[in-house]
Amino acid sequence: MLEESFVATMLLTFKLAGVTTFLLLLIGVPLGYFLAFSKSRFKPVYEAIVSMPLVLPPSVLGFYMLVFFSPQNSFGMWLEERFDLRLVFSFEGLVVASIIFSLPFMVHPIQSGFSSLPRNLIDAAYTLGKSRVNTLWHVLLPNIRASVLTGVVISFAHTVGEFGVVLMMGGNIAGETRVASIAIYDEVEALNYALANRYALTLFLISFVILLFVYAINKHFLRAKV
Amino acid sequence: MSCELTLQKELRGAEGAIALDIATPLKSGELTVLFGKSGAGKSTILKMIAGLMEPECGKIVIEGETWFDSEKKINLPPQKRKVGFVFQDYALFPNMSVRKNLEYALDGKNDKKIEEILELTELTNLTNEMPQTLSGGQRQRVALARALVREPKILLLDEPLSALDYAMRGKLQDELLRIRRHLGLTTILVSHDIAEVYKLSNHVLELEQGKIVKSASASEIFGGSSLSGKFKFSAEVLHIAQSDIVYIVTLLVGQDVVKIVANKSEIEGLQAGDRVILSSKAFNPLLVRV
Repeated sequence: MLEESFVATMLLTFKLAGVTTFLLLLIGVPLGYFLAFSKSRFKPVYEAIVSMPLVLPPSVLGFYMLVFFSPQNSFGMWLEERFDLRLVFSFEGLVVASIIFSLPFMVHPIQSGFSSLPRNLIDAAYTLGKSRVNTLWHVLLPNIRASVLTGVVISFAHTVGEFGVVLMMGGNIAGETRVASIAIYDEVEALNYALANRYALTLFLISFVILLFVYAINKHFLRAKV
Repeated sequence: MSCELTLQKELRGAEGAIALDIATPLKSGELTVLFGKSGAGKSTILKMIAGLMEPECGKIVIEGETWFDSEKKINLPPQKRKVGFVFQDYALFPNMSVRKNLEYALDGKNDKKIEEILELTELTNLTNEMPQTLSGGQRQRVALARALVREPKILLLDEPLSALDYAMRGKLQDELLRIRRHLGLTTILVSHDIAEVYKLSNHVLELEQGKIVKSASASEIFGGSSLSGKFKFSAEVLHIAQSDIVYIVTLLVGQDVVKIVANKSEIEGLQAGDRVILSSKAFNPLLVRV
């Protein structure tokens, strides 16, 4: 019984981190591209918005998302009526919250990767008749692999370790929103130190192994860089 | 087939704003050099022809095709202009091998065409190398091969040899001559190097502050037609020192430092860094085998 809830919690934690990271990658590449190459006057505004989660206490972010997505309010109500989607105290809600919370961790490495590439690479591809998308896919992304990998890993690790936003948005529903970091807090409150330690140690080891894996790959990746 | 350039744009450079304003025909099949100080607008002109930068107004006609015409609101994107652009830093794609760089340019495989260009640029032995393992001269040749493989209507060379050492430069100039003779391609070359201009150009446009100040052949521009010397070298003044009633001028001719004696009228207004023509008339040259 105990074993089962432990496994379920760990699986949920990594499912959340995996789904979040995947969606963040889809959002982060175009957003990073836009921020790196935009000449808009409002670019500092966009950059500030993307970076907000870095400085805001997670509880502030969680609180506003809770209020915003609550079915008591118009947007939350619209989501529920239109899509049958309730984001508060649900797994989907955790994904949305994690995406917003980890956004800068994905976007920043990708943006600086794009910015560090010589402008002439893009111009060269254009003069060879390549479209913007083709250039992005065949020239730019392969040359910022290390940056993309960094973004993926940090976003993943950050989502695994997040606490405040999850607690505010998701609460502590076993099998739905109870992730490992919440479970640790929960078990400590119940003075169940042994189980808390198991969660903590597992997170510790898995995080270490992921990072080790990434640095090992990155060494190989970096060699092929510019 | 005709080529025509009329370009106007306000440029903001390191030394304040200059107004780029040029209008010139280009001879089809010839190599035209854009010569002038940095910041005179030379690279900008290449970028405008390639469509990487938009002139405020003007007209770009290459081999009878209108690529840009502000009056008729024609502005082809760079992808639709058939240019071969060789960048100063080569801009090879670091994630692709030499062959892949060419294949990518060609939208897939055309082995015959690629082999032909690789052979022409003497790169056959390096097809599977990655750009970062190549020397400067090899990279330059890959960049040229990549620019040529799509059979462009015009070849644009932005100081392609400036990062190379002297010997390699000479070798690649010969190659460029040979390849151009083979393909007969209309070419614009941006260059600082007078020796290079002499060697490669059919025609020279000298630019100053965004305007064409001279349009002539290399020997007319640099030759100093008032001189009728037997030997003529372009040189750079390194140092001027007075020695009794004469002056000793130290000059850089090519890669060699030479000292000559000059009188007061010759050195008037000269200072270190100036470009001069060093010529000699009636004297008996000695040839010694080295």
